[in-house]
Amino acid sequence: MFDITQLLDEIKASPYEEIVVTAPHTGVVTFTDVREGARVIGPSGTWKEKKGTLLATIERERNQKPIHAVEKGEVKEVLRHLEGAFVEAGTPLVRLRHFLSKDEVLAIILKKALHLFVAPERAKYYFAPDVDKKVKASGASSVSLHEGMDLFIMSRMKREASLAYSGPSGVIYAVYFQHNENVDAGQPLIGVCPPDQLSLIEDVVARVQTEWEERE
Amino acid sequence: MDTEKRTQHLAERLGYIRDVFGGKHNENIALLESKLQELNLRLSEGSISDENAALTTLEDLFDFVERKLEAELTPMDKVRIVRHPQRICLRDILENVYDNYTEIGGKDEHSIDPSMLIARAYITRRSGKKTINQPVLVIGQEKGHGEEFRNGGSVKPWGNAKALQYMKVAETEGIPIHTYVFTPGSYPVEDYPGAAQQIARNLYEMAGLRVPVIAVFSEGGSGGAEAIGLSDRRLMLSHGYYSVISPEGAAAIEGRLRHGQRAAPELIEKCAQQLRITAEDNLRMGYIDHVVTEPPLGARPYHYDFFRGLRQEIIRATDEVILGVKGFAPFRAMVLRRRRGKAETMDLDNMYVRWSLSSAAKDRLVARRHRKFNRLARNAARDRRPVLRKLSNMGWDAWWDIYSYFKYDLLRKHQQKIAYLVEEVEAEAQVLMEKVAAPWRKITCALPGGACQSSEQTERELTALSDWDEEGQRNGNWSYVSPRAKEDRAITCPNAGSHGCLDLWAPDLFGEFAGVCTYCGHHFPMEYQWYLHNVFDEGSIFEFNAEIEAGNPLGFEGFDVKLEQAKKQTGLKSGCVTFEARIDNVKLVVAMLVAPFRGGSVGAAEGEKFVQAAERAKKKRYPFLAYVHGTAGIRIQEGTNGVIQMPRCTMAVRRYIEAGGLYLVLYDTNSYAGPLASFLGCSPYQFSIRSANIGFAGPGVIKETTGVDIPPDYHRAYRALSRGHIQGIWDRRDARMNLKQALLTMGGRNLYYR
Repeated sequence: MFDITQLLDEIKASPYEEIVVTAPHTGVVTFTDVREGARVIGPSGTWKEKKGTLLATIERERNQKPIHAVEKGEVKEVLRHLEGAFVEAGTPLVRLRHFLSKDEVLAIILKKALHLFVAPERAKYYFAPDVDKKVKASGASSVSLHEGMDLFIMSRMKREASLAYSGPSGVIYAVYFQHNENVDAGQPLIGVCPPDQLSLIEDVVARVQTEWEERE
Repeated sequence: MDTEKRTQHLAERLGYIRDVFGGKHNENIALLESKLQELNLRLSEGSISDENAALTTLEDLFDFVERKLEAELTPMDKVRIVRHPQRICLRDILENVYDNYTEIGGKDEHSIDPSMLIARAYITRRSGKKTINQPVLVIGQEKGHGEEFRNGGSVKPWGNAKALQYMKVAETEGIPIHTYVFTPGSYPVEDYPGAAQQIARNLYEMAGLRVPVIAVFSEGGSGGAEAIGLSDRRLMLSHGYYSVISPEGAAAIEGRLRHGQRAAPELIEKCAQQLRITAEDNLRMGYIDHVVTEPPLGARPYHYDFFRGLRQEIIRATDEVILGVKGFAPFRAMVLRRRRGKAETMDLDNMYVRWSLSSAAKDRLVARRHRKFNRLARNAARDRRPVLRKLSNMGWDAWWDIYSYFKYDLLRKHQQKIAYLVEEVEAEAQVLMEKVAAPWRKITCALPGGACQSSEQTERELTALSDWDEEGQRNGNWSYVSPRAKEDRAITCPNAGSHGCLDLWAPDLFGEFAGVCTYCGHHFPMEYQWYLHNVFDEGSIFEFNAEIEAGNPLGFEGFDVKLEQAKKQTGLKSGCVTFEARIDNVKLVVAMLVAPFRGGSVGAAEGEKFVQAAERAKKKRYPFLAYVHGTAGIRIQEGTNGVIQMPRCTMAVRRYIEAGGLYLVLYDTNSYAGPLASFLGCSPYQFSIRSANIGFAGPGVIKETTGVDIPPDYHRAYRALSRGHIQGIWDRRDARMNLKQALLTMGGRNLYYR
């Protein structure tokens, strides 16, 4: 049993993630004029079709390959001494500091606090009829789960099978699947938490939603 | 009429003048404005004794100024006139020109596409004491005086599909079609049926429509106009425009603007001037048969005299077409021949011509339509063939006609009859032999080592996996090697991020691998020479009509230089190369659009060469392949000379297909716009190399006209295949084999090797 408020405090103390941009393969590195402290952006556009900020190029066999920022953030360090040098694959070139957004913080917290029940195969999922009735009547959090309980109906091309819950007992905190849409194998279906932690998690989530300052 | 209405009307006229001239002739506008204000003031004070006289005076002044400004209209002013919400639209025409109409398939915004309006209408005429209602089908774009949901007359693919559906209805019912073109261009979405493909289908069907079609152009924007504009008579309103592209679009291309940058008004004005888009220009060039005169500064819904005139013109045009192919009607024909312009001699309402045709007359009608379009734009291309060559070509043409007639029509018909008979007898005999021999075979099979025991070879063939056929791939020994293969460098595949492709060495990639990434199969575009050398039999290519050169028929400023540059760089005379070749000894005619020559754009020369290639293939009974190395669309600098190639080439293709040929289209790199929306898109067999991008408009244009972002792979060949635009995608290295397969299995009955 871990302390969720402590986790939040830890994240608050260092609200960023460090990303190391490395050389994809051997080659001669040329940095662009990106400076320490400069802001960079990651891929953008509806389909992420626009590349991020150009950080450096690496050339091998007269083939210049651009190296772009993968996330938005701030340049913490550019390893300038590698300018013009021949580097091995995996050599760090630039360190970026990516400040966590609200969604990312929530994802970290929930990942630790919840037990995720994942889809065993690609299919459409429905709650079993009695569970479904409960969910519709008084929300998903009113369903208490225990090992071996009939929870889902798994439907593949109209062939249906029931799926039992396995994992720690608790209540459903979040539902991640859509009615009538296929869920890929390994994707989470529901997030489960112990009943006594439910209010605490809700509280922390609310706090992140309102208090978290997103830094560029 | 009450005073308030009349002053309101004058205010509207003033606003119209102001909008049309967009900042010019301000002194005239100021004059009218001050006069109108003064009148309003005096009216409100009640200080005028004779309101009617004062209003009439001012109305006369308006008339005078409008007439004066009429003389100074520039092409761009006319563009603003046709786009103005006060301009007449199709509903006004239906109300005022026809005696009765019923809208079909939609009412206001409740329609599959409110910008395409279809109606059954009457024209009532008298013959002596009898009144006769003559039904017609009216099809046209509706701009609806600025109604938002009409989309400015920009028709979506399904709107064009609806138009086609009702053209067929008219054909079944045998009634004439009147189309009214009020469109700035087609709505460039690829959703099924697809902007380009649907226009191509419309053109193809209209080329063979067995009822008279009369088109009236007000705003004729490129492909959208062609979708309903292929007709026996083309009238044009005097203040309309008919163009390959909007002046703004042309300015954006000329000024090399990117990503929604606005062109300068002067540049737009200049482009409008140079594109020769007005009614007079188009009449002079022959793309329009007659101009319908509008009142000064263009027709608006209250110009009832104009509608009356339009009605006469429409009736006259329909009568002319009908009488032109019907039999004997000397007096009525004489009335029609008495040209317009002279004082109206006879009200055509009082003359009756039955608007239906016999089957033979319908054939003549379609043949006439084909001849009419075939003649157009002939002079817009530079034909540098010496006179002797031309004569000898004509001689050969005639010879092929005769030869084909004897060899394929006369001789083969009888040969075929005998062959069919022999076939039948053989098949009968085969069945009989089977029956007789069955007991004997049973015995031999039962013996050890009998004939019907399968050999080891067949067993392996049936059970083991087949090998990769190295033969067809020439083991990587291609006979043309791209100049890019001479560079010592590595190339990164664009899919490296998602597929993990390793870098490829250029000499390998562009040499042995034929421009295909060995890891993911991504096709890098290759030069057209690669195909010439590796797809067709060695040394079998024989080019013809090479002397037909792309020109600058409009005298577009600076275009001569660009054209010379392109000719010098590519060593070609036009963007279309036509030749005869063989694939595994099957002879065929090929028309190739070459991307490096001005983007593979199609102008008068390219169109002419294409038409001639189709004719040649038809005469010689060869299959006809359109290999599209790349095309950027119609060459805008040639204006309507280019856009007319859409119906022209489509008609040539239709003649070829109907004669029983095989028309194949193979796309290679980027194929967009006009050609795709006509003579390429109408083929029943369209294939693509994996490197192709296929679409109506590029991403920039789609974003600008529809405001929708499109995914980066929107135009890729695989998306085109999913949308049903093409019939298959080929690996470049298999192109030869697939073509051979297609030649042997597809197409009509009249190929020389069938």
